[in-house]
Amino acid sequence: MPEYSASVQEFVRVNWLFLIPLFPALGAFINLIFGKHLQKKFGKKAVHTIAIGAMVLSCITALVHFFGMLLPLAPAQRFLLNEVFPMLDLGAVRINFAFAMDPLSGLMAVMVTTVATAIHIYSSGYMHDEPSYWRFFGYLNLFCFSMLTLIMGENLILMFFGWEGVGLCSYLLIGFWFNKSGMFQEGTDNAKAGMKAFVVNRVGDFGFIIGMTALFWGLLGMWDAVEGKETPVNDGRCLEVKVAPMELPGHGDKGHAAKLPSLIGVAHAADPAHGKSAGHGGPLAKHQWSRCGEAVAGVKAKRQPGVQVGSTQQLYLGPTVSFREIKDQLSVENGAGEKVVAKHLEASTLFGISLLLIVTLGMFLGATGKSAQIPLYIWLPDAMAGPTPVSALIHAATMVTAGVYMVARLNFVFILSPGGMTVVALFGALTALFAATIGLFQYDIKKVLAYSTVSQLGYMFIGVGVGAYWVGIYHLLTHAFFKACLFLGSGSVIHGMHYVAHHHDDHGEGHGHDAPPGDLRNAPDPTDPQDMRNMGGLAKLMPQTRITYLISCFAIAGIPLFSGFYSKDEILWKAFSTGNLLIPGWIIWGLGAMGALCTAFYMFRSYYMTFHGKPATEEHLKHVHESPRSMTWVLWFLAAGAVLMSLIGSVYFIPAVLLHTHPWIHDFLAPVTSLAESFQKPAAVTSHAWEYGLMAFSVVLAAAGILAARFVYKDMEKTGKRIEALKAQWKGVHTLVYNKYFVDEIYHATWVRGFMALSRALAWFDLKAVDGLVNASSWALRTVASLSGAIDRMFVDGAVNGVATVVLGLGKRARKIQTGRINGYVMGVAFGVVVLLFIVWFVTPAGAGQ
Amino acid sequence: MSAATVSQFFAVGLHHYLVVAAALFALGLLTVATRRNAVAILMGVELILNAAALNFVAFAKYTHGGIAGQVFTLFIILLAAAEAVVALAILLSIFRNFKDVDMFKTTTLRE
Repeated sequence: MPEYSASVQEFVRVNWLFLIPLFPALGAFINLIFGKHLQKKFGKKAVHTIAIGAMVLSCITALVHFFGMLLPLAPAQRFLLNEVFPMLDLGAVRINFAFAMDPLSGLMAVMVTTVATAIHIYSSGYMHDEPSYWRFFGYLNLFCFSMLTLIMGENLILMFFGWEGVGLCSYLLIGFWFNKSGMFQEGTDNAKAGMKAFVVNRVGDFGFIIGMTALFWGLLGMWDAVEGKETPVNDGRCLEVKVAPMELPGHGDKGHAAKLPSLIGVAHAADPAHGKSAGHGGPLAKHQWSRCGEAVAGVKAKRQPGVQVGSTQQLYLGPTVSFREIKDQLSVENGAGEKVVAKHLEASTLFGISLLLIVTLGMFLGATGKSAQIPLYIWLPDAMAGPTPVSALIHAATMVTAGVYMVARLNFVFILSPGGMTVVALFGALTALFAATIGLFQYDIKKVLAYSTVSQLGYMFIGVGVGAYWVGIYHLLTHAFFKACLFLGSGSVIHGMHYVAHHHDDHGEGHGHDAPPGDLRNAPDPTDPQDMRNMGGLAKLMPQTRITYLISCFAIAGIPLFSGFYSKDEILWKAFSTGNLLIPGWIIWGLGAMGALCTAFYMFRSYYMTFHGKPATEEHLKHVHESPRSMTWVLWFLAAGAVLMSLIGSVYFIPAVLLHTHPWIHDFLAPVTSLAESFQKPAAVTSHAWEYGLMAFSVVLAAAGILAARFVYKDMEKTGKRIEALKAQWKGVHTLVYNKYFVDEIYHATWVRGFMALSRALAWFDLKAVDGLVNASSWALRTVASLSGAIDRMFVDGAVNGVATVVLGLGKRARKIQTGRINGYVMGVAFGVVVLLFIVWFVTPAGAGQ
Repeated sequence: MSAATVSQFFAVGLHHYLVVAAALFALGLLTVATRRNAVAILMGVELILNAAALNFVAFAKYTHGGIAGQVFTLFIILLAAAEAVVALAILLSIFRNFKDVDMFKTTTLRE
């Protein structure tokens, strides 16, 4: 038997990780079951105290686990595991209800709980006049529970549970005002927007299930792959492996990697004494565990020190849904240094197609549904029908990033399939540009942000698609802050503008005469508080909203010092230099760079149209007001996050590459992607000169976009005519882009109508063919039955009834004899005797005479 | 007609007894069968019994059967008395129920 080795993931058992999703679950339970009563009895304060309290507790728990338990560990040991109870135990496959916090899920959990807490607080101000306040907060808490389950679930099953849960909450919250007609979707009401989101997500979930089951199936027979046997054995087996050290890039120079934690006040990881004490005496019981390991004496005992690198260990090989176990298996190497399991998986096929391609494409289809990528992005713009805090939390910061998270989580699977990676990166890049161009000409402020979200998610997929998982996740984190801030800023504007929906009728004709030429200040619906043509000049009226919105605009446009710059620029560089794809990286880079130009333009277009120029009506000065403190405080918090997130992706705002080092988040996420790194192909471009050049170029692009938007939209009284002229010149293109390339219409004409036609055809078939067959058979049976019935009636019943009739008739006659008169009977007796005498006399003498 | 023939004709033999008994029986039977009055029916029954008793003693006299016939007759007389008692008791009971002893009217069977 050859000698095997594997870089088995060490982990630390903790007991209270499940509290992070549990608190919002409890909050949701209380508010959804008793909320109506609480609200009636104690007022809205009780409702939001419970909901916000649950989120604060959850956030504190997440922060304690992240900073107090995860960060102090050595990088290779950063994996907190909390097995709550076993869900399924099927032969060798054990599926635990377990939560895990590694650097990736830890960052996500901290981000989600922090942003969610902020948005809960914001909602208590924004939704203040809402009658079903309790329902809103109940759904929000339920969403947070699902999202945290998705993030921290230790296996694919739990992730899928959360995946479906967030879809459900998204549906519930998009259709929260289900009895209102749509705010911007002509002829579509809010409930329909929710259904659209749900149905489109179901298409993606179908892919997710296919990917999940295909991966599970692909892990069958691993044992034989390792042993080189031909006969397949499909259950899991144990393999004795030597624990190899985890390969971490930049392990040698600690450099600045430990600086950031100390900067934000956390005991850093480099102290071995601290790590040791956590292992032995602290609340953390650190040990190595696996199903196969259970058989090894002592390993199962608590507070056992982690298995030493170089020792031998039983490793489970076979089908599993646990991320950790899949990763461990894929890292198995034989004596010759070949990763045998990964090789076997790469060679597997299903119906003649590479199994890994099916897995990655299926999973990516799931991701396109949840994260709104081509071809399934169409639901996200409609999802803006929900309340604005929902748009910020679910449809910008958290849920829509689930797809990116999932790809990053399964990095060790995706990296094995270059075809899958290419599809992910290419679709990400196409979406990034496509959605950005649609965003250029939208007038609804929330729709601009919606398309912007779709576009930014595309950048994240570029990041994870080209194999730079940490960059994708970093953009996810920075985007969560600046996009949540933008959405809440737009919510603040809508909140301030809300009067137009009520007051405009009284002042009907007011705004027309002093409006600038063209339709830039002539919204088709002057009562729409979300239409940017109804805004303008709000800078003085809402100063805090304006500043925070501007900060986030700088962040998303990619201006240095703001977090978006560091993440987006790194994504574009990784795309340019990658060697993992089947197509040259510069194609991805080109699409992304054009998207970046559009991004800067449309964001500043929305900024200038909203906050600068002349107000659409003088009425604004009287009615528009800054939002309450609960809202502006949150805006400032998120804007600060949009700036400070730079710290984890750069070295004190200096791009890491300029210092020839890696930023903190790169080193922090390295244990998660360590296995994938070993499969990376060498970069196509390694020259730093190129990197500096491209960085400068993307800053120039961002500046160009901003200046163009400023030139056109800052002072529309001067430029309005020119815009109109340009619009007329490019009428065809404008119409195409303004109507979102008619994708909704195309989908309606092809898929929706196709399915309707199919269902009609099936209905016809059902009605005519199937029903005909059923009816014919029933007719035949009926004929046979009536024949048999006739026979029954005529013969069988005839015999039975005939006997009865005869007996009845005889009885009718015989009863006449029974008169009850004694005399008659006596005469009968006498007559009988006479008859007997005659018989004796005349019949018997034949023999009796002798 | 010779004396013997006359004496033979007037000499009472077994036939005479049997004819009388048969006549008695026939009359009794006729009474039972035709009379509607229950008392009369009882009387007819007595006639039938007496016809039987007459047959017993007649056969006892003209055959060598010892005294068995006479003993039987004594039993019949005794039984006839007992039977009359029981029958009259029943009759009284019928009368109490129907206020009548007409046997045509004392029926509860329906047409």
